[in-house]
Amino acid sequence: MTLPEHQAKAILAAAGLPVPPGVVCANAGEAAAAAVRFGPAVVKAQVPAGGRSKAGGIRFAADAAAAGRAAAALLGGTIAGHTVGAMLVEPRLDIVRETYAAVVADPATRGPLILFGPNGGIEIEAIAAADSGALRRLPVDILDGPAADALVRLVPEVPQAAGFLAGLYRVWREQRAVLVEVNPLALLACGALVAVDCKIVPDGAGTAGDGQPTALERQAHALGLQFIELDGPVGVLANGAGLTMATLDMVRHFGGRPANFLEIGGDAYTRARAALLLLLGKPGLKSLVVNFCGAYARTDVMAEGVVAAWQALAPAIPLFFSVHGTGEDEAVALIRGQLGLTPFERAEDAVRAAVEAAR
Amino acid sequence: MILTRQDRVLVWGVTGRQASFWTGHMIAGGTRVVGGVHPARAGESHLGLPVVGSGRDLGFDVALLFVPPAAVLAAAADAIEAGARLLVILAEHVPLHDVLFVHALAGRAGARVVGPNTAGLVTPGAAFAGIMPAFNDRVFRPGAVGVVSRSGSLGTLICLELVRAGLGQSAFIGIGGDPVPGIRSTDALAALEADPRTRAVVLVGEIGGTLEQEAAAFALTMTKPVVAFIAGAGAPPGRRMGHAGAIIDGTGAGHAAKCAALEQAGVRVAAIPGEVPALVRAALTSAEGEGS
Repeated sequence: MTLPEHQAKAILAAAGLPVPPGVVCANAGEAAAAAVRFGPAVVKAQVPAGGRSKAGGIRFAADAAAAGRAAAALLGGTIAGHTVGAMLVEPRLDIVRETYAAVVADPATRGPLILFGPNGGIEIEAIAAADSGALRRLPVDILDGPAADALVRLVPEVPQAAGFLAGLYRVWREQRAVLVEVNPLALLACGALVAVDCKIVPDGAGTAGDGQPTALERQAHALGLQFIELDGPVGVLANGAGLTMATLDMVRHFGGRPANFLEIGGDAYTRARAALLLLLGKPGLKSLVVNFCGAYARTDVMAEGVVAAWQALAPAIPLFFSVHGTGEDEAVALIRGQLGLTPFERAEDAVRAAVEAAR
Repeated sequence: MILTRQDRVLVWGVTGRQASFWTGHMIAGGTRVVGGVHPARAGESHLGLPVVGSGRDLGFDVALLFVPPAAVLAAAADAIEAGARLLVILAEHVPLHDVLFVHALAGRAGARVVGPNTAGLVTPGAAFAGIMPAFNDRVFRPGAVGVVSRSGSLGTLICLELVRAGLGQSAFIGIGGDPVPGIRSTDALAALEADPRTRAVVLVGEIGGTLEQEAAAFALTMTKPVVAFIAGAGAPPGRRMGHAGAIIDGTGAGHAAKCAALEQAGVRVAAIPGEVPALVRAALTSAEGEGS
């Protein structure tokens, strides 16, 4: 999950990088009180989503009373799928130029990449797509860090930005972040640079996308399982993200609709029982296909979990197996002995049977 | 990155339960495992192998890292310093900045990195390093099809379909699911293009990232036919599905764009895994027709 803007800015400030003076407010009264100090102010909804400005999450206020009204309008509302629970109130700035600055990991060079756009702003993706030179790229050797002269050459229009980028790289390293992005990095009339907005994505911040997780998804995440609820009747349990996606593809290929994405790959393969108990709690399931291809994940261990969950809940829907790879003989024997079922020889036959049973 | 019977494999973290299970299978399968590394247990013997404290204590070619994610950087640095030619990193969820340091250290030393989060390398009938069911002859048999896969589990299904259709594999190369993989699909395709035993290549990809687009561009330069299956046709946009790399993250990362790029490059793309063997046979037949 992306850090809230006010937290990201506090991290920049602690690293000595310029951010606007701001106050985090939980209600209209606090927002108005904060704006008294600033005069004309900006009230920004604290939601972890891009496109906040377009979605109406940023309001300009001429004075304290207007800031209070803006905060009242934002509070409790929904911006880009997220409920607004807090606002950041900052002074309006006299901006003469907007630029873009970021540090990311680049899969192509397998190292850090510093990005600088001399013309930043809210449409940076569109700017970069339209003009490949609009976003300059500086690959960095992580063992050495960025060279000062290379940073200077990256920002001829805004020489002050070289030092800012060096600081931003330090923040990226110290936070061990996936992404640190300042958009816009604004040049003020007085000649100073300020990080007007900042996004920090910490490592290990597995986002499930922009939507709010469902109750079942939250339970699964608490168990360390990848689970996405879909709207079809065919339940799917497989191991590994690649095989699970391919199983969903097969369900659709045979004219069915999957009920879920749920994978128990990696070390999660020992949690088949918990995963299936969760899935069987989903309303509207009409059949279930279990597709295991054991590599690291042992199919005998996964089959034990499936059998235990099935016997515990005894659901009244048909179940279809395809089981191959590590531990296959033991797994097949267990499924035959405990459930009286014979796994299909081919994965696609098991999927097709599950699709037909759900019609 | 095509493992041979001669390659000397040294296993970091060999004493763990999973590492013992897989290393035992590797040895039984003919892999030349020369020992294990565990700093606290140097001097002991495990699975009949010497355990050493550092990679510097034993000659080897391939470093197989069975250590947990937080221990990967230290183990990789040891392996690189000891002169590893190739590192195979199995762990998932290695911290991003540690991965970048591994790549930088390996780059300076001229070592190649497979992974992180790879299922490893298999040369059926010869050797394997990793966590693929290389010992199961329903999944792997010696043959002429090279398989490149981001996913271990889906790679297993594809290999199973090939063997069921009477087609064996010349090599399996696991790219892995890390956001910043060492060898990329193009590196694996280049190795298989140069491998005399390989006559056709199967590329097993998925949504997210740009590996498949790069592979499409490279396939244009290859003399050997390429068949692909790309998982994620029906993935809901913007939702992460397990692999960090498998997220629809912008133009080009989606399923349709990847398949279109591959088809334009002359790659035959299967709709489901079960279609792969027939497409491989068709590709081999027409390639031989052109050659005669």
